[in-house]
Amino acid sequence: MTVGVFTITVNGASRSIEADGDTPLLWVLRDNLGLTGTKFGCGIALCGACTVFVDGKPLRACSLPISALGAGKVTTIEGVSGPEADAVQGAWVSRDVPQCGYCQSGQVMSAIALLKEIKKPTDHDIDLALSGNLCRCATYIRIRAAIHDAARALGG
Amino acid sequence: MRRPLIVAGAAALLVITSAAAQHTLGQNSISAVARSIALFQKAGKVFQSPRCLNCHPVGDRPTQLDRMVPHQPLVVRGIDGHGAPGLACDTCHHAANYDAAGVPGNPGWRLAPASMGWQGKSLGEICEQIKDPARNGGKDMAALLKHVSEDSLVGWAWGPGGKRPPAPGTQAEFGALMRAWAASGAHCPPDKRK
Repeated sequence: MTVGVFTITVNGASRSIEADGDTPLLWVLRDNLGLTGTKFGCGIALCGACTVFVDGKPLRACSLPISALGAGKVTTIEGVSGPEADAVQGAWVSRDVPQCGYCQSGQVMSAIALLKEIKKPTDHDIDLALSGNLCRCATYIRIRAAIHDAARALGG
Repeated sequence: MRRPLIVAGAAALLVITSAAAQHTLGQNSISAVARSIALFQKAGKVFQSPRCLNCHPVGDRPTQLDRMVPHQPLVVRGIDGHGAPGLACDTCHHAANYDAAGVPGNPGWRLAPASMGWQGKSLGEICEQIKDPARNGGKDMAALLKHVSEDSLVGWAWGPGGKRPPAPGTQAEFGALMRAWAASGAHCPPDKRK
């Protein structure tokens, strides 16, 4: 694929970048735009570290070429906001969820996405929604507890 | 005397011709059924390709690769075949194959309905399933033939990207086989477990 100029909307701002159309959205975010909160973990949509939102829905940024983004509006961990984001952030701090922290931006994005769809998720809902977010430190117990906390904070 | 002889001769010829016709028709019926089954068995090479079976699980979890191992990460059908809340199929699978990440894609990416689970089923069982509107999403034969011939997600099986072997033949050939099978009476293979 050839290099082209792509104008994309990230965290509410319009940005123009020059890239090969086959470049993963992840590398555009990190290398072209300096938004390094979104992590590279596996590059094959297996670990969830690169989770962002496109038009409000979670998406693995490693598995989408920039040429396929179109008019999709991207939200990264740096720009995510709203009641679910606030609740998750508060619960994460309160529970001291991260250990090494590398996977946590992806975990947080997936937690927010779940709470947008299910106000009071069960353990099973959480396990299914976050099964694609791996944590080498195995903070899964705290992640699950923090999501329950966030749900309660949201009135779920 | 001559006229009754002619009438008797004509009547005898009619009986003989009729018997011959019935005999021929009987042979044709048998061979027509066999031909219909043979056509479906040929089409079955597509139905039983991993490209198709992986997303036609009997349970809620798809499989992947030619070895048909459980999908990684754990994903489930969800209420509409598009995955669980928070982890829909299109979280990872987008509108097209993306070989750089090794992730296949299609705009309609989803699991087949639970009623269309084929893994572990015999070809006869699959045949009965796909003909049954109660299980195939309400499709009559015309709709079924259109689905197999034209549906983009079905067609993905012949353009799976990466190193995935495609389903045998082409979608056009598959559609032609299925139309010939329908025209031959849409008979199913004997229902034996493979």
